[in-house]
Amino acid sequence: MKRDLLLFIGFSLLVLLAPQLFSGGYLMNVLVFVGINTMLSIALNLLLGYAGQISLGHAGFFGLGAYLSGILTTTYALDPWFAMPLAAAVVGGMAFLIGFPILKLKGHYLAMATLGLGIIIYIVFNETVELTGGPSGLSGIPNLKIAGITFDSDVKNYYLIWTATLLVMIFSLNLAGSRVGRALRAVHDSEVAARVLGVNSRILKVQIFALSAVISSLAGSLYAHTMTFISPASFGFNFSIELLTMVVIGGLGSIYGSFLGAALLTLLPEFLRGANDYDIIIYGGLLMVMVMYMPGGLVRGIPSLYRYLVKSKKGEPGHA
Amino acid sequence: MLEVSGITQIFGGVTALDSVSFSIRKGDITGVIGPNGAGKTTLFNIITGIYTQSAGTVTLEGKDVTGLPPEKLARRAMVRTFQNIELFGAMTVLENVMVGMHTKSTSGLLACALKMPWSITEEHRICAGALKWLDFTGILDLADHTAGSLPFGKGRLLEIARALAVGPRIILMDEPAAGLNSQETLGLASLIKRIRDLGITVVLVEHDMELVMDICDRIVVLNLGKKLAEGTPREIQESPEVIAAYLGDDD
Amino acid sequence: MQFDQLLQYTLSGLSTGAIYALIGIGFSIIYNATGIINFAQGEFVMLGGLLTLSSLELLKLPLWAAIPCSVAFSTVIGILFERLAIRPLKQPTPINLVIITIGGSILIRGLAMLVWGKDTHAIPPFSGDTPIPVGGATILPQHLWILAITLIIIIINKIYFYHTISGKAMRACAYNRRAAGLVGIDVRRMVLFSFIISSAMGAVAGIIVAPLTMTAYDVGVMLGLKGFCAAIIGGMSSGISTVIGGLILGVLESLGAGLISSGYKDAIAFIILLLILFIRPQGLFGKADSERV
Repeated sequence: MKRDLLLFIGFSLLVLLAPQLFSGGYLMNVLVFVGINTMLSIALNLLLGYAGQISLGHAGFFGLGAYLSGILTTTYALDPWFAMPLAAAVVGGMAFLIGFPILKLKGHYLAMATLGLGIIIYIVFNETVELTGGPSGLSGIPNLKIAGITFDSDVKNYYLIWTATLLVMIFSLNLAGSRVGRALRAVHDSEVAARVLGVNSRILKVQIFALSAVISSLAGSLYAHTMTFISPASFGFNFSIELLTMVVIGGLGSIYGSFLGAALLTLLPEFLRGANDYDIIIYGGLLMVMVMYMPGGLVRGIPSLYRYLVKSKKGEPGHA
Repeated sequence: MLEVSGITQIFGGVTALDSVSFSIRKGDITGVIGPNGAGKTTLFNIITGIYTQSAGTVTLEGKDVTGLPPEKLARRAMVRTFQNIELFGAMTVLENVMVGMHTKSTSGLLACALKMPWSITEEHRICAGALKWLDFTGILDLADHTAGSLPFGKGRLLEIARALAVGPRIILMDEPAAGLNSQETLGLASLIKRIRDLGITVVLVEHDMELVMDICDRIVVLNLGKKLAEGTPREIQESPEVIAAYLGDDD
Repeated sequence: MQFDQLLQYTLSGLSTGAIYALIGIGFSIIYNATGIINFAQGEFVMLGGLLTLSSLELLKLPLWAAIPCSVAFSTVIGILFERLAIRPLKQPTPINLVIITIGGSILIRGLAMLVWGKDTHAIPPFSGDTPIPVGGATILPQHLWILAITLIIIIINKIYFYHTISGKAMRACAYNRRAAGLVGIDVRRMVLFSFIISSAMGAVAGIIVAPLTMTAYDVGVMLGLKGFCAAIIGGMSSGISTVIGGLILGVLESLGAGLISSGYKDAIAFIILLLILFIRPQGLFGKADSERV
């Protein structure tokens, strides 16, 4: 309990001090993306790592948040602070309704259905040109403002995004350690036993699916208001896969793991500038290698690798 | 307490259970026995809402609960254990039992995530309750172990502790002694009696005849999907039909 | 006029549908033998087309030789995929299998991008491109090739599954893997066989469709997903139901694109996919099967 708190405080301090360590606009911009991707991987991890339900359509919820926020603030001139929760509520409501039929499916079928859902959403972004601007995107989305400060520079955006990310993290950590989090993990391990103990697994899964969509939508809104320009290309099938890769690489069922995965996958392409087009080879390879050799992800794999090296005795591999 | 009447189950043309009826008295330990393939586990799965039967009704404390899913039955104070223990392997022993307190706690998703004061109080209550049941089943010292790493016998005790945490008025156990050594079986017998002494009605499917005859107040015998006999252990031991059904069976 | 238009859409829909059917059967064969939905299935379709291109242009092979060459090479990649990714998996849970086949699919796609670049490539039609009039509509010779080759493949498939020892063993595996193992069928070998057959079928689909639609490193995603959709409509059967599923999908898509909006063409397949999964997860023609949901 105390260790968890210390870890979180340490992590927050690191986040707070990072701009001092890495001054320079460009890297700050990348770190903004790390924050957004961390929120998204946490959202997906709550569903996949805790409840054991896969989604290959999360880029769709992310995009819906971004577009709803973008459209409400440009076409309808709503205040961003009002548009964001409205978008989140709409996306959450949608996810809740679709959650009932979709979460009846298991494993591969759920994967395919969520994938289909994500692609339908993506097609809608492209085709409803009057609303979304179509493939050429939506621009002129206003920045967020609070108490006279406009979040329009990389450093300001960094603090905005990371405040939200830390809130999402503590929210999820609390949830994971609570009765709801235990029930989720129980459903993951043995659904029938959880039901026998009175856990309504169906409602629980739908709730967590909706929560996951709400967090993704908020991340999408924040993305729209910091970038001020969005286009469908950011919310396609490939991005859903990228999110999945982050969660798996970081560690299923670990909130800090989601940060590790998001950070690694966001920073990696920056270091591989020249090979930018070929980063999908790396994603593919990483996914396969992780599932085969480090199914617990970095967050469990690194400590066990460390123990292995230190004791030069076979460490116990992490469990997913 | 629990009444089943006319339970029939047909799996793709094969009749697994044929109009089975009996009732279980409050406060009794009732054994359901029968040779392999008699339909005992199928019957359990129907009573506890895991299968839906082809015909027949289940009545719990005077109310029709036919076809209710397991999570609803848990809220009506009926709980069960499994033949191949179904633990939450990645969670600790304590957390397993804490899941058992699920129906006795109410904090919703948001209250939990925002750590509202009442959810923290509730969390303490859940933890204390879970520890109490670990103590009752004698595995308190294992509270922080991972459930998946427990030896089979301890896992069985954990499953029972977890079921008791639900606060059942009736508990159904599917072959609780399977896979236990004789020492552990003795411990189990006394645990089951202590559970009965808490006022909880116990129903068990069991192959270990010595255990059944020792602890059961009443016994229901199934054979080939039909009820063969019902009575006290003494009556069952003397019943010619039961003896005939068991002859030649290697149980 | 209206009728001619409908006929035209239906005819071109049928040939796209035949492609979806071939890909869908590939999905079903692996699913039935292993319980895996192979997310990399579409990549073999892509490989078939692009490898044919290379055989024609680099090896200067004639078309009749380039096709088997490309199918053989795709099959080798299918074998490698099974050996290197599926078989060594220590915890083959459904989620791990989804992730590993997705990983494989991305890797194959990325490597294809490395080899063939990002451009779209054209493959010449098998026998010219003079349209043949049918009623008031026209049909391309390639459409006929597609329908004929699909028909032949389905017949070969039928013969294999019902009249050869290994085909019957595969069916036994699909019915009950454990029991098949107990009666002495080498289940792991059947898994390998299923990957061989479906990668070969995927490659054929990719080759026959390439002259119509052009091909590129990323065509596998959509074609694969639509093939899966055909298989779902057909209830994951490796026979006629999936063929009908593919044809229905192809025709609906073609009609939808022609009569409603071409932009939403791809959405049609996924809406059908979701509807089928929600309402009749056992497929349009199948009986209820609780395993799938």
